[in-house]
Amino acid sequence: MRVLVHAEHEAGAVRDTAFELLAVARALGGEVEALAIGAEPQALAGQLGAADRVIAVADTVLEAYLPDAHGAALQAAIRARNPDLVLLSYGTAGLDIAPPAAHACGLPLICNAVELRLEDAALAVRSQIYGGKLDASARVPLPAIVMAMPGAARAEDGRADGTPSLESVTLPPSAAAGIRLVETLMPETGDVDLTQAERIVCVGRAIGGTDKLAPVEDLARLLDAEVAGSRPVVDAGWLPKARQVGKSGVTVKPRLYLMAGVSGAPEHLEGMSASELIIALNTDEHAPIFARAHYGAVCDMFDVLPKLAARLRDS
Amino acid sequence: MKIAVILRLTPDLTEELELTEDGRDIDREWIGLVLNEFDDQALEQAVLLKEATGAEVTALAIDGEGVERMLRTALARGADAGRRIPADEAPASSRAAAPLYAAAVREIGSDLVLTGVLATDDFHGELAPYLAAELGWPQASAVSDLRIEEGRAIVRQEYSGGRAARLALPLPAVIGLQTASQPPRYVAGSRLRDLLKVEVPELSVEAAPAATGIEPATLALPDRGAGAEMIEGSGDEIAARLHAILAERGLA
Repeated sequence: MRVLVHAEHEAGAVRDTAFELLAVARALGGEVEALAIGAEPQALAGQLGAADRVIAVADTVLEAYLPDAHGAALQAAIRARNPDLVLLSYGTAGLDIAPPAAHACGLPLICNAVELRLEDAALAVRSQIYGGKLDASARVPLPAIVMAMPGAARAEDGRADGTPSLESVTLPPSAAAGIRLVETLMPETGDVDLTQAERIVCVGRAIGGTDKLAPVEDLARLLDAEVAGSRPVVDAGWLPKARQVGKSGVTVKPRLYLMAGVSGAPEHLEGMSASELIIALNTDEHAPIFARAHYGAVCDMFDVLPKLAARLRDS
Repeated sequence: MKIAVILRLTPDLTEELELTEDGRDIDREWIGLVLNEFDDQALEQAVLLKEATGAEVTALAIDGEGVERMLRTALARGADAGRRIPADEAPASSRAAAPLYAAAVREIGSDLVLTGVLATDDFHGELAPYLAAELGWPQASAVSDLRIEEGRAIVRQEYSGGRAARLALPLPAVIGLQTASQPPRYVAGSRLRDLLKVEVPELSVEAAPAATGIEPATLALPDRGAGAEMIEGSGDEIAARLHAILAERGLA
Protein backbone atom coordinates (compact mmCIF):
# COMPACT_ATOMS: atom_id res chain seq x y z
CA MET A 1 0.00 0.00 0.00
CA ARG A 2 1.43 3.37 -1.02
CA VAL A 3 -0.44 6.60 -0.41
CA LEU A 4 0.32 9.86 -2.22
CA VAL A 5 -0.79 12.88 -0.17
CA HIS A 6 -1.38 16.23 -1.90
CA ALA A 7 0.40 18.56 0.53
CA GLU A 8 -1.03 22.05 0.06
CA HIS A 9 1.03 24.91 1.41
CA GLU A 10 0.84 28.65 1.69
CA ALA A 11 3.62 31.19 2.21
CA GLY A 12 6.15 28.46 2.93
CA ALA A 13 4.01 26.64 5.49
CA VAL A 14 2.31 23.28 4.93
CA ARG A 15 -1.40 23.72 5.58
CA ASP A 16 -3.17 22.02 8.50
CA THR A 17 -5.41 20.16 6.05
CA ALA A 18 -2.30 18.53 4.56
CA PHE A 19 -1.18 17.36 8.02
CA GLU A 20 -4.67 15.92 8.50
CA LEU A 21 -4.24 13.93 5.28
CA LEU A 22 -0.82 12.70 6.39
CA ALA A 23 -2.49 11.49 9.61
CA VAL A 24 -5.16 9.68 7.58
CA ALA A 25 -2.48 8.07 5.38
CA ARG A 26 -0.37 7.02 8.38
CA ALA A 27 -3.41 5.42 10.04
CA LEU A 28 -4.04 3.33 6.90
CA GLY A 29 -0.51 1.91 7.13
CA GLY A 30 2.02 1.36 4.38
CA GLU A 31 4.24 3.89 2.66
CA VAL A 32 3.35 7.56 2.65
CA GLU A 33 4.53 9.99 0.00
CA ALA A 34 3.87 13.72 0.28
CA LEU A 35 3.34 15.51 -3.02
CA ALA A 36 4.70 19.06 -2.87
CA ILE A 37 3.92 21.25 -5.89
CA GLY A 38 5.43 24.71 -6.25
CA ALA A 39 8.34 26.84 -7.45
CA GLU A 40 10.68 25.46 -4.77
CA PRO A 41 8.70 22.72 -3.01
CA GLN A 42 11.84 20.91 -1.80
CA ALA A 43 12.02 23.55 0.94
CA LEU A 44 8.88 22.04 2.52
CA ALA A 45 10.50 18.64 3.15
CA GLY A 46 11.54 19.60 6.68
CA GLN A 47 7.86 20.00 7.64
CA LEU A 48 6.80 16.70 6.08
CA GLY A 49 8.46 14.29 8.51
CA ALA A 50 5.34 12.13 8.68
CA ALA A 51 5.99 11.09 5.08
CA ASP A 52 8.53 8.45 4.01
CA ARG A 53 9.25 10.37 0.84
CA VAL A 54 8.57 13.83 -0.59
CA ILE A 55 7.66 13.94 -4.27
CA ALA A 56 8.53 17.41 -5.52
CA VAL A 57 7.13 18.88 -8.72
CA ALA A 58 9.13 22.08 -9.11
CA ASP A 59 8.56 24.71 -11.79
CA THR A 60 8.40 28.50 -11.78
CA VAL A 61 4.94 28.31 -13.35
CA LEU A 62 3.75 26.52 -10.19
CA GLU A 63 4.63 29.39 -7.86
CA ALA A 64 1.01 30.55 -7.51
CA TYR A 65 -1.90 28.12 -7.59
CA LEU A 66 -3.26 27.65 -11.13
CA PRO A 67 -5.95 25.00 -11.74
CA ASP A 68 -4.48 23.66 -14.99
CA ALA A 69 -0.74 23.72 -14.14
CA HIS A 70 -1.27 22.25 -10.66
CA GLY A 71 -3.66 19.68 -12.13
CA ALA A 72 -0.98 18.67 -14.64
CA ALA A 73 1.55 18.38 -11.79
CA LEU A 74 -0.77 16.05 -9.87
CA GLN A 75 -1.32 13.88 -12.94
CA ALA A 76 2.43 13.73 -13.67
CA ALA A 77 3.06 12.60 -10.09
CA ILE A 78 0.33 9.93 -10.24
CA ARG A 79 1.77 8.58 -13.49
CA ALA A 80 5.34 8.59 -12.13
CA ARG A 81 4.55 7.03 -8.74
CA ASN A 82 1.53 4.75 -9.43
CA PRO A 83 0.18 5.10 -5.88
CA ASP A 84 -2.57 2.82 -4.54
CA LEU A 85 -4.35 5.81 -3.10
CA VAL A 86 -4.19 9.56 -3.73
CA LEU A 87 -5.47 11.82 -0.94
CA LEU A 88 -6.56 15.43 -1.42
CA SER A 89 -8.36 17.81 0.90
CA TYR A 90 -11.80 19.23 0.11
CA GLY A 91 -11.07 22.78 -0.94
CA THR A 92 -10.79 24.80 -4.12
CA ALA A 93 -7.65 23.02 -5.37
CA GLY A 94 -9.18 19.60 -4.67
CA LEU A 95 -12.39 20.57 -6.47
CA ASP A 96 -10.36 21.76 -9.47
CA ILE A 97 -7.72 19.07 -9.88
CA ALA A 98 -9.09 15.77 -8.49
CA PRO A 99 -11.78 15.11 -11.17
CA PRO A 100 -9.49 15.72 -14.19
CA ALA A 101 -6.87 13.43 -12.59
CA ALA A 102 -9.52 10.73 -12.07
CA HIS A 103 -10.67 11.24 -15.66
CA ALA A 104 -7.19 11.23 -17.21
CA CYS A 105 -5.78 8.35 -15.14
CA GLY A 106 -8.99 6.28 -15.20
CA LEU A 107 -9.27 6.14 -11.40
CA PRO A 108 -12.37 6.11 -9.20
CA LEU A 109 -12.86 9.28 -7.12
CA ILE A 110 -14.79 9.65 -3.88
CA CYS A 111 -15.22 13.04 -2.21
CA ASN A 112 -16.43 14.50 1.12
CA ALA A 113 -14.82 11.54 2.94
CA VAL A 114 -14.86 11.61 6.74
CA GLU A 115 -13.70 8.05 7.39
CA LEU A 116 -11.42 5.70 5.44
CA ARG A 117 -10.75 2.07 6.32
CA LEU A 118 -8.87 -0.66 4.46
CA GLU A 119 -11.01 -3.74 3.90
CA ASP A 120 -9.14 -6.51 2.08
CA ALA A 121 -7.84 -4.88 -1.09
CA ALA A 122 -10.46 -2.13 -1.16
CA LEU A 123 -11.17 1.03 0.76
CA ALA A 124 -14.36 1.48 2.77
CA VAL A 125 -15.18 5.19 2.66
CA ARG A 126 -17.85 7.09 4.54
CA SER A 127 -18.73 10.44 2.96
CA GLN A 128 -21.09 13.27 3.78
CA ILE A 129 -23.81 14.16 1.28
CA TYR A 130 -26.87 16.40 1.21
CA GLY A 131 -25.12 19.09 3.22
CA GLY A 132 -24.20 16.65 5.99
CA LYS A 133 -27.79 15.43 6.43
CA LEU A 134 -26.84 11.92 5.29
CA ASP A 135 -23.78 9.67 5.20
CA ALA A 136 -22.91 7.62 2.12
CA SER A 137 -20.79 4.49 2.57
CA ALA A 138 -19.08 2.98 -0.44
CA ARG A 139 -16.48 0.34 -1.19
CA VAL A 140 -13.84 1.80 -3.46
CA PRO A 141 -11.52 -0.51 -5.42
CA LEU A 142 -7.85 0.53 -5.39
CA PRO A 143 -6.07 2.34 -6.91
CA ALA A 144 -8.32 5.34 -6.27
CA ILE A 145 -8.44 9.04 -5.44
CA VAL A 146 -10.16 10.24 -2.27
CA MET A 147 -10.92 13.83 -1.30
CA ALA A 148 -11.30 14.08 2.48
CA MET A 149 -13.21 16.67 4.47
CA PRO A 150 -11.15 19.00 6.65
CA GLY A 151 -11.32 17.61 10.18
CA ALA A 152 -11.30 13.92 9.06
CA ALA A 153 -8.20 13.49 11.25
CA ARG A 154 -6.20 15.62 13.69
CA ALA A 155 -3.48 17.75 12.12
CA GLU A 156 -1.12 17.14 15.07
CA ASP A 157 -1.15 13.40 14.24
CA GLY A 158 0.29 14.24 10.83
CA ARG A 159 3.20 16.28 12.17
CA ALA A 160 6.41 14.40 12.86
CA ASP A 161 10.13 14.99 12.90
CA GLY A 162 12.07 13.10 10.30
CA THR A 163 13.94 13.50 7.08
CA PRO A 164 11.98 12.01 4.23
CA SER A 165 13.92 11.25 1.07
CA LEU A 166 13.26 13.54 -1.86
CA GLU A 167 12.31 12.62 -5.41
CA SER A 168 11.54 14.92 -8.30
CA VAL A 169 8.86 14.62 -10.94
CA THR A 170 9.07 16.86 -14.00
CA LEU A 171 6.12 18.98 -15.06
CA PRO A 172 5.25 18.33 -18.73
CA PRO A 173 6.07 21.44 -20.82
CA SER A 174 2.51 21.81 -22.17
CA ALA A 175 1.15 22.36 -18.65
CA ALA A 176 1.83 26.09 -18.61
CA ALA A 177 -0.22 26.99 -21.66
CA GLY A 178 -3.49 28.33 -20.36
CA ILE A 179 -4.60 29.97 -17.13
CA ARG A 180 -2.73 33.01 -15.80
CA LEU A 181 -2.67 34.65 -12.39
CA VAL A 182 -3.81 38.27 -12.62
CA GLU A 183 -3.50 39.17 -8.95
CA THR A 184 -3.70 37.71 -5.47
CA LEU A 185 -6.51 39.22 -3.39
CA MET A 186 -6.33 39.74 0.36
CA PRO A 187 -9.32 38.84 2.57
CA GLU A 188 -11.96 41.57 2.71
CA THR A 189 -11.89 42.83 6.26
CA GLY A 190 -14.46 45.61 6.06
CA ASP A 191 -15.46 47.16 9.39
CA VAL A 192 -15.16 44.01 11.45
CA ASP A 193 -12.65 41.26 12.22
CA LEU A 194 -14.72 38.26 13.29
CA THR A 195 -11.59 36.24 14.10
CA GLN A 196 -11.08 38.57 17.08
CA ALA A 197 -14.71 38.48 18.26
CA GLU A 198 -15.36 36.80 21.62
CA ARG A 199 -19.06 36.47 20.99
CA ILE A 200 -20.84 35.88 17.70
CA VAL A 201 -24.50 35.60 16.76
CA CYS A 202 -24.70 33.87 13.39
CA VAL A 203 -27.78 33.71 11.18
CA GLY A 204 -28.54 31.33 8.32
CA ARG A 205 -30.69 31.37 5.25
CA ALA A 206 -33.86 31.12 7.37
CA ILE A 207 -33.44 34.78 8.35
CA GLY A 208 -35.11 35.54 5.01
CA GLY A 209 -33.92 39.11 4.38
CA THR A 210 -32.23 42.23 5.77
CA ASP A 211 -35.57 43.48 7.09
CA LYS A 212 -35.61 40.49 9.47
CA LEU A 213 -32.19 41.24 10.94
CA ALA A 214 -33.37 43.76 13.55
CA PRO A 215 -34.10 41.26 16.38
CA VAL A 216 -30.75 39.58 15.70
CA GLU A 217 -28.86 42.87 15.84
CA ASP A 218 -30.76 43.79 18.99
CA LEU A 219 -29.75 40.53 20.67
CA ALA A 220 -26.14 40.92 19.48
CA ARG A 221 -25.95 44.41 21.03
CA LEU A 222 -27.19 43.05 24.37
CA LEU A 223 -24.65 40.21 24.26
CA ASP A 224 -21.85 42.52 23.12
CA ALA A 225 -21.58 40.17 20.13
CA GLU A 226 -20.86 40.57 16.43
CA VAL A 227 -23.44 39.51 13.85
CA ALA A 228 -22.25 36.92 11.33
CA GLY A 229 -23.90 34.94 8.56
CA SER A 230 -23.54 31.66 6.70
CA ARG A 231 -22.67 31.69 3.00
CA PRO A 232 -26.27 31.87 1.64
CA VAL A 233 -26.91 34.97 3.78
CA VAL A 234 -23.87 36.74 2.33
CA ASP A 235 -24.54 35.49 -1.23
CA ALA A 236 -28.04 36.96 -0.98
CA GLY A 237 -26.49 40.32 -0.04
CA TRP A 238 -28.10 40.42 3.42
CA LEU A 239 -24.72 40.75 5.21
CA PRO A 240 -21.30 41.90 3.93
CA LYS A 241 -18.62 39.35 3.00
CA ALA A 242 -16.47 40.28 6.01
CA ARG A 243 -19.21 38.79 8.21
CA GLN A 244 -19.21 35.36 6.53
CA VAL A 245 -18.14 32.38 8.63
CA GLY A 246 -17.15 29.10 6.99
CA LYS A 247 -15.04 27.64 4.23
CA SER A 248 -15.10 30.66 1.93
CA GLY A 249 -15.36 33.12 4.80
CA VAL A 250 -13.42 33.34 8.04
CA THR A 251 -12.60 30.74 10.67
CA VAL A 252 -13.62 31.81 14.17
CA LYS A 253 -13.13 30.51 17.69
CA PRO A 254 -15.22 32.71 19.98
CA ARG A 255 -16.30 32.01 23.57
CA LEU A 256 -19.93 32.09 22.39
CA TYR A 257 -21.28 31.10 18.98
CA LEU A 258 -25.06 31.46 19.00
CA MET A 259 -26.52 30.35 15.69
CA ALA A 260 -30.06 30.76 14.45
CA GLY A 261 -31.40 29.14 11.29
CA VAL A 262 -28.02 27.69 10.26
CA SER A 263 -28.37 24.03 9.23
CA GLY A 264 -24.68 23.26 9.82
CA ALA A 265 -23.41 22.21 6.39
CA PRO A 266 -19.83 20.84 6.54
CA GLU A 267 -18.54 24.03 4.89
CA HIS A 268 -19.93 26.10 7.76
CA LEU A 269 -18.72 23.74 10.51
CA GLU A 270 -15.19 24.06 9.14
CA GLY A 271 -15.25 27.73 10.13
CA MET A 272 -16.65 27.55 13.67
CA SER A 273 -16.51 24.06 15.22
CA ALA A 274 -13.69 25.08 17.60
CA SER A 275 -15.95 27.65 19.32
CA GLU A 276 -16.07 27.26 23.11
CA LEU A 277 -19.85 27.30 23.46
CA ILE A 278 -22.10 26.56 20.49
CA ILE A 279 -25.84 27.12 20.84
CA ALA A 280 -28.03 26.26 17.83
CA LEU A 281 -31.64 27.21 17.18
CA ASN A 282 -33.32 25.63 14.17
CA THR A 283 -36.85 24.68 13.10
CA ASP A 284 -35.54 21.42 11.57
CA GLU A 285 -34.98 18.77 14.24
CA HIS A 286 -32.76 16.89 11.75
CA ALA A 287 -30.43 19.84 11.10
CA PRO A 288 -26.83 18.50 11.17
CA ILE A 289 -25.80 21.33 13.49
CA PHE A 290 -27.45 19.56 16.43
CA ALA A 291 -24.70 16.91 16.22
CA ARG A 292 -22.03 19.57 16.80
CA ALA A 293 -23.67 22.17 19.04
CA HIS A 294 -23.37 22.01 22.83
CA TYR A 295 -26.96 23.17 23.30
CA GLY A 296 -29.77 23.06 20.79
CA ALA A 297 -33.44 23.93 20.55
CA VAL A 298 -35.98 23.17 17.85
CA CYS A 299 -37.83 26.46 17.72
CA ASP A 300 -38.72 29.55 15.75
CA MET A 301 -35.86 32.02 16.11
CA PHE A 302 -38.22 34.96 15.56
CA ASP A 303 -40.06 33.84 18.69
CA VAL A 304 -37.10 32.89 20.90
CA LEU A 305 -34.49 35.55 20.04
CA PRO A 306 -36.66 38.55 21.13
CA LYS A 307 -37.63 36.67 24.30
CA LEU A 308 -33.98 36.03 25.10
CA ALA A 309 -33.23 39.70 24.36
CA ALA A 310 -35.97 40.78 26.76
CA ARG A 311 -34.47 38.64 29.53
CA LEU A 312 -30.99 40.04 28.89
CA ARG A 313 -32.39 43.57 28.99
CA ASP A 314 -34.11 42.90 32.32
CA SER A 315 -31.11 41.29 34.01
CA MET B 1 -20.27 35.15 -27.64
CA LYS B 2 -22.28 32.07 -26.73
CA ILE B 3 -22.74 31.02 -23.12
CA ALA B 4 -24.21 27.72 -21.96
CA VAL B 5 -25.44 27.49 -18.39
CA ILE B 6 -26.10 24.03 -16.96
CA LEU B 7 -28.97 23.76 -14.47
CA ARG B 8 -29.80 20.84 -12.17
CA LEU B 9 -32.66 20.05 -9.81
CA THR B 10 -31.56 18.86 -6.39
CA PRO B 11 -33.53 17.73 -3.32
CA ASP B 12 -34.84 20.54 -1.14
CA LEU B 13 -32.70 20.18 1.99
CA THR B 14 -35.12 22.16 4.13
CA GLU B 15 -37.34 19.07 3.94
CA GLU B 16 -36.75 15.82 5.78
CA LEU B 17 -34.89 13.23 3.70
CA GLU B 18 -36.21 9.68 3.91
CA LEU B 19 -34.38 6.63 2.61
CA THR B 20 -35.61 3.92 0.27
CA GLU B 21 -35.91 0.45 1.76
CA ASP B 22 -32.60 -0.76 0.37
CA GLY B 23 -30.86 2.41 1.58
CA ARG B 24 -29.37 3.08 -1.86
CA ASP B 25 -31.20 6.36 -2.45
CA ILE B 26 -33.47 8.88 -0.83
CA ASP B 27 -37.19 8.35 -1.28
CA ARG B 28 -37.85 10.65 -4.24
CA GLU B 29 -41.60 10.19 -4.35
CA TRP B 30 -42.42 13.03 -1.97
CA ILE B 31 -39.25 15.05 -1.83
CA GLY B 32 -39.38 18.52 -3.35
CA LEU B 33 -36.83 19.38 -6.01
CA VAL B 34 -35.34 22.85 -6.28
CA LEU B 35 -32.86 24.47 -8.64
CA ASN B 36 -29.39 23.71 -7.26
CA GLU B 37 -28.51 26.94 -5.42
CA PHE B 38 -25.09 27.25 -7.09
CA ASP B 39 -26.62 26.68 -10.55
CA ASP B 40 -28.98 29.53 -9.63
CA GLN B 41 -25.88 31.70 -9.10
CA ALA B 42 -24.44 30.47 -12.43
CA LEU B 43 -27.66 31.42 -14.22
CA GLU B 44 -27.57 34.90 -12.70
CA GLN B 45 -23.93 35.35 -13.72
CA ALA B 46 -24.75 34.21 -17.28
CA VAL B 47 -27.57 36.77 -17.53
CA LEU B 48 -25.31 39.51 -16.09
CA LEU B 49 -22.72 38.68 -18.77
CA LYS B 50 -25.44 38.82 -21.41
CA GLU B 51 -26.43 42.28 -20.19
CA ALA B 52 -22.80 43.42 -20.18
CA THR B 53 -21.62 41.94 -23.48
CA GLY B 54 -24.69 41.00 -25.53
CA ALA B 55 -23.80 37.32 -25.21
CA GLU B 56 -26.40 34.71 -26.10
CA VAL B 57 -27.35 32.47 -23.17
CA THR B 58 -28.66 28.91 -23.53
CA ALA B 59 -29.80 27.03 -20.43
CA LEU B 60 -29.15 23.28 -20.59
CA ALA B 61 -30.53 20.50 -18.41
CA ILE B 62 -30.78 16.73 -18.57
CA ASP B 63 -34.45 15.94 -19.07
CA GLY B 64 -36.57 14.72 -16.20
CA GLU B 65 -39.47 15.63 -13.98
CA GLY B 66 -39.80 19.37 -13.47
CA VAL B 67 -37.01 20.19 -15.92
CA GLU B 68 -39.12 21.94 -18.56
CA ARG B 69 -40.60 24.21 -15.89
CA MET B 70 -37.11 24.97 -14.53
CA LEU B 71 -35.89 25.89 -18.02
CA ARG B 72 -38.92 28.17 -18.52
CA THR B 73 -37.93 29.92 -15.31
CA ALA B 74 -34.46 30.39 -16.80
CA LEU B 75 -36.09 32.03 -19.85
CA ALA B 76 -38.05 34.31 -17.52
CA ARG B 77 -34.80 35.22 -15.80
CA GLY B 78 -33.22 36.30 -19.10
CA ALA B 79 -31.83 33.22 -20.84
CA ASP B 80 -32.35 33.37 -24.62
CA ALA B 81 -33.06 29.68 -25.07
CA GLY B 82 -33.52 26.46 -23.12
CA ARG B 83 -32.63 22.98 -24.31
CA ARG B 84 -33.41 19.61 -22.74
CA ILE B 85 -30.78 16.86 -23.03
CA PRO B 86 -32.41 13.45 -23.53
CA ALA B 87 -31.34 10.64 -21.20
CA ASP B 88 -32.81 7.16 -20.81
CA GLU B 89 -32.02 7.24 -17.14
CA ALA B 90 -30.82 10.07 -14.94
CA PRO B 91 -27.01 9.70 -14.60
CA ALA B 92 -26.06 8.85 -11.03
CA SER B 93 -23.31 11.42 -10.67
CA SER B 94 -21.66 14.42 -12.32
CA ARG B 95 -18.89 12.14 -13.51
CA ALA B 96 -21.42 9.88 -15.20
CA ALA B 97 -23.30 12.87 -16.65
CA ALA B 98 -20.30 14.79 -18.01
CA PRO B 99 -20.25 13.11 -21.48
CA LEU B 100 -23.95 14.00 -21.97
CA TYR B 101 -23.36 17.66 -21.15
CA ALA B 102 -20.22 17.68 -23.30
CA ALA B 103 -22.20 16.35 -26.28
CA ALA B 104 -24.85 19.03 -25.71
CA VAL B 105 -22.24 21.81 -25.46
CA ARG B 106 -20.62 20.64 -28.71
CA GLU B 107 -24.03 20.50 -30.38
CA ILE B 108 -25.08 24.07 -29.49
CA GLY B 109 -21.56 25.53 -29.70
CA SER B 110 -20.35 27.57 -26.70
CA ASP B 111 -17.47 29.84 -25.79
CA LEU B 112 -18.16 29.61 -22.09
CA VAL B 113 -19.98 27.08 -19.92
CA LEU B 114 -21.18 28.05 -16.46
CA THR B 115 -22.56 25.75 -13.81
CA GLY B 116 -22.71 25.59 -10.02
CA VAL B 117 -19.51 24.78 -8.15
CA LEU B 118 -21.18 21.80 -6.50
CA ALA B 119 -24.38 19.86 -6.01
CA THR B 120 -25.13 18.48 -2.55
CA ASP B 121 -26.22 15.09 -3.90
CA ASP B 122 -22.90 14.25 -5.52
CA PHE B 123 -19.75 12.87 -3.96
CA HIS B 124 -17.91 11.57 -7.03
CA GLY B 125 -16.36 14.94 -7.89
CA GLU B 126 -18.05 18.00 -9.33
CA LEU B 127 -19.42 18.66 -12.78
CA ALA B 128 -17.39 21.68 -13.97
CA PRO B 129 -13.95 19.96 -13.81
CA TYR B 130 -15.29 16.69 -15.29
CA LEU B 131 -16.99 18.54 -18.13
CA ALA B 132 -13.84 20.56 -18.80
CA ALA B 133 -11.83 17.32 -18.87
CA GLU B 134 -14.31 15.84 -21.39
CA LEU B 135 -14.08 18.95 -23.57
CA GLY B 136 -10.34 19.51 -23.10
CA TRP B 137 -10.99 23.09 -21.91
CA PRO B 138 -9.53 25.04 -18.95
CA GLN B 139 -11.67 25.22 -15.83
CA ALA B 140 -11.87 27.09 -12.53
CA SER B 141 -14.10 26.18 -9.57
CA ALA B 142 -15.25 28.21 -6.55
CA VAL B 143 -15.60 31.34 -8.65
CA SER B 144 -17.32 34.50 -7.49
CA ASP B 145 -17.43 37.30 -10.04
CA LEU B 146 -16.72 36.78 -13.70
CA ARG B 147 -16.18 39.18 -16.56
CA ILE B 148 -14.96 38.96 -20.13
CA GLU B 149 -11.92 41.02 -21.14
CA GLU B 150 -10.05 40.80 -24.43
CA GLY B 151 -11.44 37.37 -25.19
CA ARG B 152 -10.53 35.94 -21.80
CA ALA B 153 -12.63 35.07 -18.78
CA ILE B 154 -11.41 37.02 -15.74
CA VAL B 155 -12.60 35.23 -12.61
CA ARG B 156 -12.23 35.65 -8.89
CA GLN B 157 -11.42 32.24 -7.41
CA GLU B 158 -12.00 31.82 -3.67
CA TYR B 159 -9.90 29.74 -1.29
CA SER B 160 -10.26 28.76 2.36
CA GLY B 161 -10.06 31.50 4.94
CA GLY B 162 -11.29 34.34 2.74
CA ARG B 163 -8.26 34.35 0.43
CA ALA B 164 -8.86 34.79 -3.29
CA ALA B 165 -7.08 35.33 -6.59
CA ARG B 166 -8.02 36.81 -9.92
CA LEU B 167 -7.29 34.39 -12.76
CA ALA B 168 -7.48 34.82 -16.53
CA LEU B 169 -8.75 31.82 -18.50
CA PRO B 170 -8.49 31.55 -22.27
CA LEU B 171 -11.81 30.75 -23.96
CA PRO B 172 -13.52 28.38 -24.41
CA ALA B 173 -13.62 27.53 -20.70
CA VAL B 174 -15.81 25.96 -18.03
CA ILE B 175 -16.53 27.79 -14.77
CA GLY B 176 -17.85 26.27 -11.52
CA LEU B 177 -19.64 29.23 -10.00
CA GLN B 178 -20.05 29.75 -6.29
CA THR B 179 -21.45 33.27 -6.14
CA ALA B 180 -22.61 35.58 -8.92
CA SER B 181 -21.50 39.23 -8.93
CA GLN B 182 -25.05 40.11 -7.80
CA PRO B 183 -27.67 38.10 -5.90
CA PRO B 184 -30.06 36.16 -8.21
CA ARG B 185 -32.97 38.33 -9.36
CA TYR B 186 -36.62 37.65 -8.65
CA VAL B 187 -38.99 36.82 -11.45
CA ALA B 188 -42.54 38.13 -11.50
CA GLY B 189 -45.21 35.43 -11.49
CA SER B 190 -46.85 37.12 -14.49
CA ARG B 191 -43.67 36.69 -16.51
CA LEU B 192 -43.65 32.99 -15.65
CA ARG B 193 -47.32 32.63 -16.61
CA ASP B 194 -46.55 34.21 -20.02
CA LEU B 195 -44.02 31.44 -20.63
CA LEU B 196 -46.26 28.61 -19.44
CA LYS B 197 -47.05 27.45 -22.97
CA VAL B 198 -43.54 27.87 -24.36
CA GLU B 199 -42.08 24.56 -25.34
CA VAL B 200 -38.45 23.88 -24.46
CA PRO B 201 -36.98 21.82 -27.30
CA GLU B 202 -35.00 18.65 -26.86
CA LEU B 203 -31.52 18.39 -28.35
CA SER B 204 -30.75 15.39 -30.50
CA VAL B 205 -27.51 14.26 -28.91
CA GLU B 206 -26.40 10.83 -27.93
CA ALA B 207 -23.71 10.01 -25.42
CA ALA B 208 -23.22 7.20 -22.94
CA PRO B 209 -22.76 8.08 -19.27
CA ALA B 210 -19.20 7.63 -17.97
CA ALA B 211 -18.39 4.80 -15.57
CA THR B 212 -17.44 5.85 -12.04
CA GLY B 213 -15.76 2.56 -11.09
CA ILE B 214 -17.60 2.51 -7.77
CA GLU B 215 -20.71 0.55 -6.88
CA PRO B 216 -23.68 2.49 -5.48
CA ALA B 217 -23.25 3.69 -1.90
CA THR B 218 -25.41 2.87 1.08
CA LEU B 219 -27.03 5.92 2.65
CA ALA B 220 -27.72 6.36 6.35
CA LEU B 221 -28.51 9.06 8.86
CA PRO B 222 -25.24 10.19 10.46
CA ASP B 223 -24.34 8.93 13.88
CA ARG B 224 -24.99 11.96 16.03
CA GLY B 225 -22.74 10.83 18.86
CA ALA B 226 -23.71 12.58 22.06
CA GLY B 227 -24.81 15.64 20.11
CA ALA B 228 -26.28 18.77 21.59
CA GLU B 229 -28.15 18.89 24.88
CA MET B 230 -31.60 19.73 23.54
CA ILE B 231 -33.67 22.34 25.29
CA GLU B 232 -37.38 21.56 25.20
CA GLY B 233 -40.39 23.69 25.99
CA SER B 234 -42.21 26.82 24.90
CA GLY B 235 -40.43 29.82 23.42
CA ASP B 236 -40.44 31.41 26.88
CA GLU B 237 -38.97 28.32 28.53
CA ILE B 238 -36.27 28.00 25.87
CA ALA B 239 -35.34 31.69 26.25
CA ALA B 240 -35.19 31.29 30.05
CA ARG B 241 -32.88 28.25 29.82
CA LEU B 242 -30.63 29.96 27.26
CA HIS B 243 -30.42 32.99 29.54
CA ALA B 244 -29.42 30.74 32.44
CA ILE B 245 -26.73 28.97 30.35
CA LEU B 246 -25.27 32.32 29.28
CA ALA B 247 -25.39 33.68 32.84
CA GLU B 248 -23.61 30.59 34.24
CA ARG B 249 -20.73 31.27 31.88
CA GLY B 250 -20.59 34.98 32.52
CA LEU B 251 -21.85 35.73 29.02
CA ALA B 252 -25.10 37.43 29.98
